[in-house]
Amino acid sequence: MKFGIAVYPGSNCDYDTYRVIRDVLDEEPQFIDYRETNLKGFDCIILPGGFSFGDYLRPGTLAAHTPLTSAVKEFAEKGGLVIGICNGFQILTEAHLLPGALMPNIHGKFVCKPQYLKVENNKTPFTNLCKENQILKIPIAHHDGNYYIDEDSLKKMEDKGQIVIRYCDKNGNISEEANPNGSVGNIAGIINERGNVFGLMPHPERASESILGSEDGKYILESILNYLK
Amino acid sequence: MDEKILSAHGLTVDEYKRIKELIGREPNEVELGIFGALWSEHCSYKSSKPFLKVFPTEAPWVIQGPGENAGVVEIDDKYAVAFKIESHNHPSYIEPFHGAATGVGGIIRDILSMGARPVCAFDSLRFGDPRKDGTRNNIKDAKPIAQGVVKGIGFYGNCIGVPTIGGEVVFDEVYAGNPLVNAFCLGILEKDKMYRARATKIGQKMVMVGSATGRDGIHGATMASAEFSEETEDKRPNVQIGDPFFGKRLIECTLEVMQKGLIEGCQDFGAAGLAGSTSEFGSKSGMGVRVYLENVPLRDENMTPYEILLSESQERMLYAVDEENVDEVIKIAKWYGLEAAVIGETTDTGRMEVFYKGEKVADLPISAIVDDAPVYNRPRKEPEYLKETRKFNQNDLPKVDIKEAIRKVLSSPTIAKKEWVYRQYDHEVGINTVVKPGSDAAVLRIKWAVKPEINSEKAVAISSDGNGRWVYLNPYEGGKRVVVEAVRNVYITGAKPLAITDCLNWGNPENPEIMWQFEQATKGMADACRELNTPVISGNVSLYNETVLPDKRINIYPTPIVVAVGVLDKPENAIPSFYQNEGDVIAIVGEVDKEPTINGSEFLKEVHGIVSGEIPPVNLEVEKKLAEFFQENKHLIKSAHDVSDGGLITAILESAFSEEKTFGVDVSINTPYREDFELFDEMRSIIVISLEEKDLKAVKEAAQNLGIGFKTLGRVIDKPVLKLKINSINIEEDISSLRNLWENSVRKLLD
Repeated sequence: MKFGIAVYPGSNCDYDTYRVIRDVLDEEPQFIDYRETNLKGFDCIILPGGFSFGDYLRPGTLAAHTPLTSAVKEFAEKGGLVIGICNGFQILTEAHLLPGALMPNIHGKFVCKPQYLKVENNKTPFTNLCKENQILKIPIAHHDGNYYIDEDSLKKMEDKGQIVIRYCDKNGNISEEANPNGSVGNIAGIINERGNVFGLMPHPERASESILGSEDGKYILESILNYLK
Repeated sequence: MDEKILSAHGLTVDEYKRIKELIGREPNEVELGIFGALWSEHCSYKSSKPFLKVFPTEAPWVIQGPGENAGVVEIDDKYAVAFKIESHNHPSYIEPFHGAATGVGGIIRDILSMGARPVCAFDSLRFGDPRKDGTRNNIKDAKPIAQGVVKGIGFYGNCIGVPTIGGEVVFDEVYAGNPLVNAFCLGILEKDKMYRARATKIGQKMVMVGSATGRDGIHGATMASAEFSEETEDKRPNVQIGDPFFGKRLIECTLEVMQKGLIEGCQDFGAAGLAGSTSEFGSKSGMGVRVYLENVPLRDENMTPYEILLSESQERMLYAVDEENVDEVIKIAKWYGLEAAVIGETTDTGRMEVFYKGEKVADLPISAIVDDAPVYNRPRKEPEYLKETRKFNQNDLPKVDIKEAIRKVLSSPTIAKKEWVYRQYDHEVGINTVVKPGSDAAVLRIKWAVKPEINSEKAVAISSDGNGRWVYLNPYEGGKRVVVEAVRNVYITGAKPLAITDCLNWGNPENPEIMWQFEQATKGMADACRELNTPVISGNVSLYNETVLPDKRINIYPTPIVVAVGVLDKPENAIPSFYQNEGDVIAIVGEVDKEPTINGSEFLKEVHGIVSGEIPPVNLEVEKKLAEFFQENKHLIKSAHDVSDGGLITAILESAFSEEKTFGVDVSINTPYREDFELFDEMRSIIVISLEEKDLKAVKEAAQNLGIGFKTLGRVIDKPVLKLKINSINIEEDISSLRNLWENSVRKLLD
């Protein structure tokens, strides 16, 4: 499978994602510069983590207004798979490919740590290898991961199964204590209505080799392969 | 020349005289600015140079020793690592956030200029004691400084994509007015693709790449070379502002032009800005340089030649480029959204000639600026205070309740877990961090996917240390111990220590007692490095860490920060710092029968409120044997944590506080010495290890064969309690409550 990895100026998880796709999944990654518009031939587009455009103005805002992101919108409209990780998630909300917004963490600090997550919807192209309510351990690292959406929209999203993963503790409790950034309903990852655009704050590429402490990220990356095959 | 003008440039009347002799005339204003910056302590090392010569700098694995932007050691037959530590102390007191952030940026560019991909950072921090906030006169509170510094390091490091994987934080009142921010960076490169800060031929173009030049940071080097006083607040405009977004693009651009073979040499713009970079470039190349200031991309209009030359604007790099490659280099830089311009060329005149719109504004022999900078053999005198501290006798101390003492020591912010700090740093980007912050040493895989692709099977272990209190109480022995401590943290992972880098943070060198500390400590460090075969391959000196108050002068403890780097055959072979399984045996190896001393210990300071006592010599022979022991038996040792700050009991307990869970501990210690001394001594070479019962015999024999002590203390247990029996004292405590003290103390003080 051919994965396109978006490279905005300031992206910094692009190489990590590339390496995991190539060396762990044994698939074909290719970088795509933010000035590019041709996405022909890609099976999935990954918007990686980092600080696109230095987080100037607001994380993701400037990247949302680039030729590449416009092309990604078109790609998604045609049903192509798009996954935004961390800053990639921020870009997807800023580009209105996903609803809601990611605000600064409630405590005002950057947070980097291993995080437990509960898979609420395992019927997506990105989580189909997970069991329902499976607990994953995947690290987070962000300053602006505090997901917000108004109550009505949240209710609708929940009804449609758009809340894919939530922050939880070791035992799967979705508690305030297990919420690392103040997100509404402990939301860690969501999907669009159509089910082909997924955004999440945790970094699956950082949890794809046992030597780094967890391989749970592979559940997400391999789900994509499983869906495409 | 008016003394006031000279003093504004940080020059003395004698130095001015010397300048006139060297150039045979009066310097003009621009030239005076160049001398002021390049002859500053920060750039010229004029007080410290003679003493740095004692450091051993060579080993078969050292590719580049001191003298370049960073040192380089090989880790296998194909790859090498470049590393260095540098201070950003003075700016971090004035403007904690930006001061610390630019410190990170600066050291990353140093590594980059060697042709290495920066892959990890460390930060060693020293702050005043936040428990004393609100009680000081004329000195800022420690808490906001610590908050700003940590946020600044995170801001820069997280954004630029270099993981901050370790460091240490110490809180002590001596650092209240002079916090220390030492930033370390390590990069990886192919051995035969190292770059240096030099041009390769006459007529080569000097291309400046990065951000535009503004008025920030003019005379930063001079500021960093003066003591602090009430006027320091006025120096705020001297602090540079960093932009990691530019820094990130500068990394990618520089590595790309290097990989494509388009540049011949590389130097970052650091202290003394354009004046410093171009003159050092010329000096190292053995050439002259001609600089055209009107070509420099500017951020502020109407900057004078003086300002353009001395601005310390961040995120700028100087490349030496052959004429035929200039267009391609500029094209690549612009692709990354960076400013790029040819600002000069190398010449055969040996002079630094600076032009501005056709007019020559400076014309100086490079040797005069760089090589002929003054070197001072400053007077030295053994400090008076040592007479008092040497008299201290631990046997005069009253006995204290052990249980209470353990709680106090664990809650000391210096001992307590630094999670509040490292949670704010992205320590995982790059997906190479195998052993994460919170252990004795961090362990990093040596792999990188692109620019350049590097795939070594090896890993590096890195640890930083620098107990200023030990050095204060005995500079020679303390200096030795600081090296030993950093190196020990590396070898207990099973790694082979290769080399160190150091940052020497000192007080005012014009005070003979302080200079004596400097001479003694560097001697001690050099002796340890020689014996352990870990040469010093790079480093930095920060003097004038002194606060001048109306009624007194406060100097920091002499604080050498040492970062040791070692190589591991495989990352998965690293010995963890934490117990792994219930039922495993807890033992100690090393000087297990030696008489303990609590001189200079955290226990003495936190429990008795005393900083005193003689620091005994460290036995380097034992250290060498211990290093061998860990390298040879790493497959049998489940965990290892050395006895250091907080003593034996702290090491036993910290090993139980793993990220995954809290283990119980059941240990029994029989000692002919006082129990409090046995538990809190920091002066013996002892390491707490755990191992499976079945390997006990083999490990014990291995230790005995090497002639090092071995003692079994007890077991890791399932029940979450600390059971400690020492002589007739029996303690049973809920270990989770101890963990809470250790885990939350720093957060409570700083959040």
